[in-house]
Amino acid sequence: MSTAIDILGGALLIIGAFFVLIGATGLLRLPDILTRIHGASITDTLGAGAILLGLAITAGWSLLTGKLLALLILMALLNPSASHALARAAVHGIRKPWLEKEES
Amino acid sequence: MKAPLTLVIVLAGSWILLSGHWSFFLLSLGIASVVITVLCGIRLKIVDTESVPVHLLPGLIRYTPWLIGQIIQSSLHVARRVLSPKLPISPTIIHIDTQQTDALNSVSYANSITLTPGTISLDVGKDQIEVHALTRESAENLKSGLMAKKVRKMEGVR
Repeated sequence: MSTAIDILGGALLIIGAFFVLIGATGLLRLPDILTRIHGASITDTLGAGAILLGLAITAGWSLLTGKLLALLILMALLNPSASHALARAAVHGIRKPWLEKEES
Repeated sequence: MKAPLTLVIVLAGSWILLSGHWSFFLLSLGIASVVITVLCGIRLKIVDTESVPVHLLPGLIRYTPWLIGQIIQSSLHVARRVLSPKLPISPTIIHIDTQQTDALNSVSYANSITLTPGTISLDVGKDQIEVHALTRESAENLKSGLMAKKVRKMEGVR
């Protein structure tokens, strides 16, 4: 039983690390600030979510599990606010967003 | 009366979760700080349904799994775009109707939009939200209004 839990936790950790890597790739490859926020948002939703869940599973049932889950809820509440503030500042500030060329 | 009670439960829960101490002295300190915090909040008149949205809880339990599914789906969409060698992105800015009834609903909707990868809310107006989308597909997906409907349902509005 404990091996199954370890495998599940480890798999979640690897998946999370993979998505953090994709987020970092996006951060480097995308052209301007707004599109880069999109790339980074993979890191802090799916990446961090899977890693925290994996840690909670591998740590076993204790007060630590509750703390990790509280961290997950906190991140779900704080991330959109921070991203929104960043994007709003970028658009209403000096930068002109990099947009797709209109076809019609 | 429901909001202060919920606040007491939430504060006491997080105090115990973060401290993990059960001795009488430390518990009494925790209870004292919770009571003082809630009393200060009531005196400042900030403990209401907006700061402690307890009425959303049943809807939230139904809404969260759907939102997680949505996040995974759009994460994979964005990941595929980012990893493909030609970088096939088409950033667009669109305005969509919030279709929500009050400020709290609009904020939940805008936060849901930002939380799903591929879309960010840039500006929240009275009845429109300005959204930046990484690809045209994410923009179309948002325009279909499914998320707006789900958020409205969560708030208990038909």
